[in-house]
Amino acid sequence: MSRALILGMVLTLTVLAGAALSLVWTPYDITQMSIPDRLQGPSGAHWLGTDHFGRDILSMLMLGARTSIAVALVAVGIGAGVGVPLGLTAAARRGGLVDEAISRLSDLVFAFPSLVIAILITASFGASALNAILAIGIFNIPVFARLTRGAALPVWQREFILAARTFGKGAGRISVEHILPNLTNLLIVQCTIQFSLGILAEAGLSYVGLGAQPPTPSWGRMLADAQTLVTLAPHVALIPGLTIVLTVLGLNLLGDGLRDALDPRLKVIRA
Amino acid sequence: MTFSRLIVAAFALSASAAAAQQTDLTIALQLEPPHLDPTSAAAGAIDSVLYANVFEGLTRFDQTGAVQPALAQSWEISDDGLTYTFTLAEATFHDGTSFDAEDVKFSLDRARADDSVNAQKPLFEAIETVEVVDARTVRLTLSKPEGNLLFNLAWGDAVIVAPESIETIKSAPVGTGPFRFADWRQGDSITLTAFDDYWGKAPALTEATFKFISDPTAAFAAVMAQDVDAFAGFPAPENLPIFEADPRFQVLVGSTEGETILAMNNGEAPFDNPKVRAAVAHAIDRQAVIDGAMYGYGTPIGTHFAPHNPDYLDLTNLSAFDPEQAKALLAEAGYPDGFETTLKLPPPSYARRGGEIIASQLRAVGIETQITNLEWAQWLEEVFRGKDFGLTIVSHTEPMDISIYARPDYYFQYGAPELVAVFDALGATSDPAERTTLLQDAQRMIAEDHVNAYLFQLAFPTVADARLEGLWQNQPTQATDLTAVRWTQ
Repeated sequence: MSRALILGMVLTLTVLAGAALSLVWTPYDITQMSIPDRLQGPSGAHWLGTDHFGRDILSMLMLGARTSIAVALVAVGIGAGVGVPLGLTAAARRGGLVDEAISRLSDLVFAFPSLVIAILITASFGASALNAILAIGIFNIPVFARLTRGAALPVWQREFILAARTFGKGAGRISVEHILPNLTNLLIVQCTIQFSLGILAEAGLSYVGLGAQPPTPSWGRMLADAQTLVTLAPHVALIPGLTIVLTVLGLNLLGDGLRDALDPRLKVIRA
Repeated sequence: MTFSRLIVAAFALSASAAAAQQTDLTIALQLEPPHLDPTSAAAGAIDSVLYANVFEGLTRFDQTGAVQPALAQSWEISDDGLTYTFTLAEATFHDGTSFDAEDVKFSLDRARADDSVNAQKPLFEAIETVEVVDARTVRLTLSKPEGNLLFNLAWGDAVIVAPESIETIKSAPVGTGPFRFADWRQGDSITLTAFDDYWGKAPALTEATFKFISDPTAAFAAVMAQDVDAFAGFPAPENLPIFEADPRFQVLVGSTEGETILAMNNGEAPFDNPKVRAAVAHAIDRQAVIDGAMYGYGTPIGTHFAPHNPDYLDLTNLSAFDPEQAKALLAEAGYPDGFETTLKLPPPSYARRGGEIIASQLRAVGIETQITNLEWAQWLEEVFRGKDFGLTIVSHTEPMDISIYARPDYYFQYGAPELVAVFDALGATSDPAERTTLLQDAQRMIAEDHVNAYLFQLAFPTVADARLEGLWQNQPTQATDLTAVRWTQ
């Protein structure tokens, strides 16, 4: 395993572990505000200090991780769950009307900057974590649809597909039984990348106030709340900011590392 | 040689400093006006730019909130208090048309007409007729004695407008003030220039630009970088100590008429139950809200009245912070396990930050709130007009606006008959002692009935260049009066 992959795994697992731990325990209860204790620097009592309401920043980060992960995970689920079948269908009907429709629709969604679509959706249907999930999920769909279609097309040319056809299997069964398994590696890598983009998108939406609403903690909102405090208590802005950076970095390293580790062609080159 | 050069250089420097005596000003405000007609909208942002600068009324507020003569230089009141005769100043409108009694009649009749869209029509309720005696004299006849008439006429909603240009007032306002409207770059700034034919004392400034910066971070950066010379109503109180410590700036913290309240929807369950309202009031720790949301800037209030007003009663002990009592009251009201409601918050930090703190305090007694952050337009639509809310936080910045509690159609929908009776009595008397008693009765009634949870009187921080003087420190009405502002060096 490459060092990048290990670093990526460590970073990702730390965030996942923090989020998982927050389900049962956080150092402090973040619904309790304590104004006199606000804006403290890191100390023994509060490892990462306290925010502008005197809440423990570490506890906020752990709970915020949960929000980020939940949003990103479901959004990737929507993207893959809808996008992959669409891509498979398009590849199976190559050149047909369905293929055209799916490809052009993907192009259309792609033509808009993803975050703008997300803002459009949350602004018109109200700001909430659920709408953020839907918004991020929707712009994940064409990513998966295109990737799946592109990767499935060459597989359709292979001999074993011809064999399956001569056995009388339909396009749907071939797609699920023979095409999809050949795309797994690719899709896993894409999922990690979309996952990291999802976390970034959630942070961005929450930052502009369109993501999870208070009191649900969110990294993006922590950053937004800390904006005017940068000169007074820099750690309040730096800590959530760095957390977002490290998490996204970790996921990207993980995605890259997995691609290298899973791609047989690269293995041959290395050998 | 070198020495004489130095002298020349020094001389040149001082000469240019004298020549560069600044007469223009860039002042920032947080909110941009939706349009420029103060007589047809509730938006205080309009007055913040135009009041006393572009438009004048018969009377006006000074910095302390006292009523002073403006376009009416003197007046006589008949013994029965029913006839007011005003003698007018020799003023000219900015478009060159003359100002006379006809303009006063036009403006007041327009404001109080049946189809008028004036946001403060009750101000003119007592006026029966407006009569032109001659060009410089106008007579108001009242249907009942109105002790507040001169005060009412000082409002931004009662300014005198020019009939000739009334069609375009929303985009090109024409008034009689010391500054004339020059330019409006929507989304950015409004520029005013000094009006040469002003009837009163000419202002020191020749040009003033109002810049609109709504984001607190951008506000901080703009002042720090000296892109603006002053920021009236600085939106990030947490940063004030930084400016105080910097010799380039002065920080003025003044009082406002802004009673900041947690408004409850009295027209709907559960807040139609006084016990529930009392529970909410006792669940709130005002000081934590002031410290947490405003970094200590703000005075606790226990009723809807400004603490700097001589008639103010300190009733904060009627709604002292007591979570146990709040829980007991909830149980008495039939909500032993609390309930769930909405908390809709407009953009200012007193609402957004205060809302999070209050949500946490209410949760402690069992009231779960669902927070929704709204932009001002949405808030006006949903909460103010639509009355679709459980709780909301807002600052009521109009002067002496306790009478809104007597209006059952106002957004929090109170208007108890006993209170309406107090205001009827108040409208009928101009005896100062009696007025004080009645105003204090009203304060006590709305405090005892916990119509809303009264939080604090909003402070008004202004950050300005240290060389500026003459800016209003207090906000007796929403205004940025530039008539006395000048650069000291």
